[in-house]
Amino acid sequence: MLLGEEAPTRGTITLDGIPLVAEPGPDRGVVFQRYSVFPHLTVLGNVLLGKAFTGSKIAARLFGASKRSAVEEARQLIADVGLAGSEDKYPAQLSGGMQQRLALARGADHEAQSAAARRAVWRARSRHSRRNPCADEVPLARDQNSPSSWSPMTCARPSPRAPASSPSSARATAPRSAERYGALLSRDIDIWPPRIAGEPSIFAPDRDDPVMPLGLAQDDSAPTQGDKP
Amino acid sequence: MRWINTKPGPAVRLMLMLAPFVLLVIAYGMGSAARLADNPSDKLLPALASLTDAINRMAFTPDVRTGEYLMWADTIASLSRLLWTLGISTTIALLFGMIVGMFPYVRALLAPFIATISMVPPLALLPILFIVLGPGEAAKITLIVIGVAPAMIRDLALKVIELPREQIIKAETLGGSSRQIALRVVLPQTLPRLLTCLRLQLGPARLFLIAAEAISADSRLGYRIFLVRRYLSMDVIFPYVARITLLAIIMNFALDRLRIAIFPWSNLERQ
Repeated sequence: MLLGEEAPTRGTITLDGIPLVAEPGPDRGVVFQRYSVFPHLTVLGNVLLGKAFTGSKIAARLFGASKRSAVEEARQLIADVGLAGSEDKYPAQLSGGMQQRLALARGADHEAQSAAARRAVWRARSRHSRRNPCADEVPLARDQNSPSSWSPMTCARPSPRAPASSPSSARATAPRSAERYGALLSRDIDIWPPRIAGEPSIFAPDRDDPVMPLGLAQDDSAPTQGDKP
Repeated sequence: MRWINTKPGPAVRLMLMLAPFVLLVIAYGMGSAARLADNPSDKLLPALASLTDAINRMAFTPDVRTGEYLMWADTIASLSRLLWTLGISTTIALLFGMIVGMFPYVRALLAPFIATISMVPPLALLPILFIVLGPGEAAKITLIVIGVAPAMIRDLALKVIELPREQIIKAETLGGSSRQIALRVVLPQTLPRLLTCLRLQLGPARLFLIAAEAISADSRLGYRIFLVRRYLSMDVIFPYVARITLLAIIMNFALDRLRIAIFPWSNLERQ
């Protein structure tokens, strides 16, 4: 729904009170589980494509000095995700994990361009965020009941215009590790397994709820965690 | 070892590749010899010697009347006609295939129409084309375009629709407009399919070409075949058929090499 691929049967999605446009744009970033990279472009070409889209409206290609600087930035991003030396390879020549890292490099690039207001925050954590562009967004639960085959990891970016007091930007600037993993349910959702507001899921308590100290399905060592059962 | 896991080496592969061709030539030679033993003036299966004689006559000796080398003149005329029509069909197919595949409104408008057009048997339209456009080049080119273009449009539109939706969304989140996505994401991924599509359409294109030339022409391969058919000159027809086939094989191979040379990634994807 965030990407405009499925329409809500009822209700509207608002971000900071503004209805969400039902069409993806540069305000949204996504790394799909498959098909996140363009097979016809090299690693370098994949990272450059976003720059070309923003830099050249008509031809969607960069030339001359702007191209040189874009290539330089792109090479830096590629090196940051550990793909240095593979710039001229096509995605089909990369492993699945390398392809996803390439997708992240591109996401990080367009992330970095998206909002000048958040540059400072970005610089402070640029190392971290390049590895994980979703880290300071509001991650949404992947919909396990979705009938479609693709289950994307979607990040909605808090609007750069958001007032500092709004919940989303508060979370964006100061994520606490215990709350980082999910959104809180504010209403009961009529699905199976049942999701009751304020209560964890009975089957996978850690999937999209606040981290439970002694969750049954927990497999990482969050600092709040006690002794494992 | 299981049969499905046994693979021939290069030498064996070459021998296997040539075997059917050699068998065909041997079978022809035997059949021809048997018929000629019965009736020395048999024309249906001429001996290999008279075939080479005919090739010499058609390809390497100037025609007494016009002074042209008939087989070359016919080949060049037919080829240029074929290339013209394939060029026109390709342009139409690329343009329409992309907009039909990309824009739901255009798809709703044109897809059923193109599907209907592609079901019309083009050869049945041939008399009408000759009446409307005259017996010249225009009718022949139109015939081949009508025969080839709708199938190509449908194929390309399907290819565009087949592009993973994720890629398009990804391009949108990178800030691409419809135009930019068409230029940088859809077009480059459609072009290799266009070449493959062209390769597959060579067969129908030549069918329509020969048919049109057989009915109305004053030179070219199809004309020659149907001209000498009156004299039962199988010694001319066989080399001509072989020549048309050879041209198609070369074009087929060249188009595939061209695709791999221009779009190396399209071959990586298949492995």
